[in-house]
Amino acid sequence: MDQSSFLYQALVYLTAAVLLVPLAKKAGLGSVLGYLVAGMLIGPAFLNLVGDSSDVMHAAEFGVVLMLFVIGLELEPRLLWKMRNPILGLGGLQVLCTMAIVMVLAMMMGYDWKIALAIGMIVAPSSTAIVLQTLQEKGLMKSEAGQSSFSVLLFQDIAVIPMLAILPLLGSGTEAATSASHQSASWIDHQPAWIKTLVVLGAVIFIIFAGRKLVRPLLRMVAAARVREVFTATALLLVIGITVLMTKVGLSPALGTFLAGVVLADSEYRHELESDIEPFKGMLLGLFFIAIGASINFQLLVNLPILLLGIVLGLMIIKGLVLFVLGRFFRLNTDQNLLFSLGLCQVGEFAFVLLSFSRQEQLISNEITDLIMAAVALSMALTPILFLLFERVIQPKVGTKQAVKKAPDSIHEKNPVIIAGFGHFGNTVGRFLRANGIGCTVLDIDSDRVDFLRKFGFNVYYGDASRQDLLHAAGAADAKIILITIGDPEKRLEMIETIKKHFPNLQMMVRAADRTDAYDQMNAGMLHIYRENLDSSLRMGVDTLRLMGRRTYTSTRAAQTFLRYDELAMKKLSSIRDPKQYINTSREFIDELERIIQTDTHASDIGQQKGWDEDSLIEEMKKEN
Amino acid sequence: MARILLLFAHPVLEKSRVHRELLQHIPKHAAITFHDLYETYPDFLIDVHKEKRLLLEHDSILFQFPFYWYSAPALLKHWMELVLEHGWAYGKNGTALSGKIWMNIITCGGSFEAYQPNGKNHFTVEQFSYHFEQTARLCNMDYRPPFVIYGTHKLEPQTIREEAMKYQLLLQNLLTEEVVSQNTLELI
Repeated sequence: MDQSSFLYQALVYLTAAVLLVPLAKKAGLGSVLGYLVAGMLIGPAFLNLVGDSSDVMHAAEFGVVLMLFVIGLELEPRLLWKMRNPILGLGGLQVLCTMAIVMVLAMMMGYDWKIALAIGMIVAPSSTAIVLQTLQEKGLMKSEAGQSSFSVLLFQDIAVIPMLAILPLLGSGTEAATSASHQSASWIDHQPAWIKTLVVLGAVIFIIFAGRKLVRPLLRMVAAARVREVFTATALLLVIGITVLMTKVGLSPALGTFLAGVVLADSEYRHELESDIEPFKGMLLGLFFIAIGASINFQLLVNLPILLLGIVLGLMIIKGLVLFVLGRFFRLNTDQNLLFSLGLCQVGEFAFVLLSFSRQEQLISNEITDLIMAAVALSMALTPILFLLFERVIQPKVGTKQAVKKAPDSIHEKNPVIIAGFGHFGNTVGRFLRANGIGCTVLDIDSDRVDFLRKFGFNVYYGDASRQDLLHAAGAADAKIILITIGDPEKRLEMIETIKKHFPNLQMMVRAADRTDAYDQMNAGMLHIYRENLDSSLRMGVDTLRLMGRRTYTSTRAAQTFLRYDELAMKKLSSIRDPKQYINTSREFIDELERIIQTDTHASDIGQQKGWDEDSLIEEMKKEN
Repeated sequence: MARILLLFAHPVLEKSRVHRELLQHIPKHAAITFHDLYETYPDFLIDVHKEKRLLLEHDSILFQFPFYWYSAPALLKHWMELVLEHGWAYGKNGTALSGKIWMNIITCGGSFEAYQPNGKNHFTVEQFSYHFEQTARLCNMDYRPPFVIYGTHKLEPQTIREEAMKYQLLLQNLLTEEVVSQNTLELI
C-alpha cells in the first residue's frame, strides 16, 4: 500500500485517536494528553507509521482557526468590551515581560539582539488549543483562572500579527531571498508599509461589515432552502473564506475568524453555526494534537537530553513566574493564580508558525530552530500533565483548601443534604434549606465563593464535584440527598454515573438546563429533575395573562395546570424519543418544539373546572320550570 | 365488605397530637384507602378525575378534619366545590354517589359543653354540620352523624389514646357493614 496515500494516513491517525483518547479520558488524563500520546506512538520515534507530520500539522492548524471562530460566536461584543482590562493589561504585560526576559537571557548567552528578540517573540504565546480545550473539559472556563487565561490567550492571538510583521524586518536575508523563500508571498509584501496598514484595516472593517450586512442575509437564504448540508457548507465556506482573505493580507486567520465569530455572536444563526462547525473543529484539533505528538523529535531528546530538558524547563519556569507575578498583581488568589500560571506556561502552537516563518527569513539557524521546535512540542505535551498535577497534588493543599479541618473538639457534623454547585441555582436552594434549618454540605469549584461561604459558616468542600474522593470526603456515604446544581450538563451526567456507582443509597435531585438535558437525565434513571427556566417562565406567563385582564387566580391555576401537563407530556415524549437520531442539538430543539406545540393544541381544555361551571345546572333548572 | 375511603384534611398535621394518634390507629386493611388531601394537593390543584375515580371505588366516604371556624379546612371545601360536579354527584343524572355512606370525623378544641345551646358556641357540632348533611342528601348519600372528639386542647395522652381506640373500632365496624351503593355494585 502506498505509504503516503491519504486513506492510509487517515486510517493510522483515526485508529490512534479512537484507541487512545477514550483510554486517556477513562484514566482521567483528559483528551489532549490522549491525542498527544497517540501522536507520539505513531510518530517516527516509536511505530513510525506516518511520514513527515508537518503537512498534517498545517492542515490541522485550521482546527485552531475553527476553534477561535466558535469562541468568537460565544462572545458578544459587549462582553469583549467588558473584558478589555484583563485582555490588554494582563495579556499585554505577559507578552511584553516574557519577551523582554527571554530576550535578555538569550543576549546574555551571546546571541545577537535580533535573534534574541525573535526567540522572545516565538516563546511568548501559550497554546490556545491545549489550554482552552483542557479548561473546557474540566469545567474551569468560568472560574477566575479560566477567564484570565482566556484574556491572555486572546491578547497573544492578536499579538501574533505585529510579530509576523516584525520578523521579516529582523531577517538578515535580502529582499530577494525573502520573497523567493516566502511561499505565501503575495503582492502585498511588495507594497510600502502604509498601504499594508491600510489593507489590514480594510480587511478588518470588511469582515465586520460583511458579517453584519452580507453574511446574515446569506445565512437566512441558505436556511430557507432547508438543505442541512448546504448550511454546513456555508459555515465552512465562511471560515475558509476569511482564512484565505486574512492570509492574503498577512493577518492571522485565527484572529480573522474570531472577529467574524464575534460579529455573528448575536445573530439568530449562532447556535446553528456553532453546532455545524463543532465536529470539524474537534476533529481537526485532535489531528493537530496528534501531529504535535508525532513531531516531537525524540532523537534530539536522546542526543542532547540535558540541553533540551533544560530549555523546556527553563522556558516553562520563566513563563510561569511571569504569569504568577502578574496574577498576583491582578489579585488572583493563590490557587487560581497557580492554575493560571501552570496552565499557560507552555509555549504555544504559534511558535511553529513563527519558527517556520523565521526559518524562511533565515533568521535563526536550523539547529536552534529544531531545538526550539522540540522544546515547544515537549512543553505542550507536558501541559495536560501539569493540569493533572495541579488538580491532584497542588489544589488540595494550597490556597482554598479542599476541606477545612474541624477543630478536634467540635462534633463532626453529618449533614443529610449535599449541594453540588452553589451558583445561581444552587445558592437559592441552599439558602432556602438553611432558612428552614436543614444542614447542608456544599461542594463548589469556585475558590472565591468557597472562601466566602466558609466565612458564613457553611461546611464547604472545594473541587470538582464529580470526583468520587471529594464526594466521599463530603460525606456522600452518610447523606440522604444530593442536589446536583452545577451548571455544566456534561458534568452533571458524569456526577450521576459516579453517584450511581459509588453511593447507590444517595437520592439525587438534578437541575436540568432544558428538555434535551432532562431527557438525558431521564435516560440515566433520574426521577427528580428540575428544569431551570420552567417555573419562572410560567410565572411570567401568569403575569402576562393578568395584565391582559384575566383574573389572577384563574391565570395562576392555568399555569399550575400547564406545569403538570408539561411534565406529563415530557414523560410521554421521552418514551418515543430516539436519542440516536440527533447528533445536532439545535435540530433536536426544533423538532421537539414542533412535537410539543402539536400536543399543546389539546391543552386548552385541560384545567377547565366543571365544578365551578354552572351552565349544566342552569340548563336543568330551566327544564324543570 | 364495605370499602372505606378516608379523606384526610389537616394543614398542620405536625402540630396535632390528636390527629397523629388517630392516624396511627387506622387498621392496616386492603379495603381502607387513606388519602391525605393537603399532602397530595399542596397547591390546591385538585385532580378531579382521580378524585372521582377514588370515590367510585369505595362504599363509605369518611372525612377526617379539625373543626376550623365551625367548618372544614379550606382545602376540603375546595374539594367539594370541584369534585362534586353537577350531572355526576347531583342533579337529574348525577347518581354516581348514590347509596354511599358520608361520615365526618371531627376534632374540636372546645369542650362538649361549649357546643351546647347554652354554651359558648351556642350550637351543637351536628347543627354546624347541617351543610354537610344537606350536601350528602343532595348526592343521595347515606349521611351518618359525625364522630366528634371534643376539648382537644386539654386532652391527656391517655384520653387521646382511648378516643383513638374508639375510632379504630368505628372503622372496623364500618368495614363489616353491607352498603348498597349503586355504582360500586356496578363495578363489581
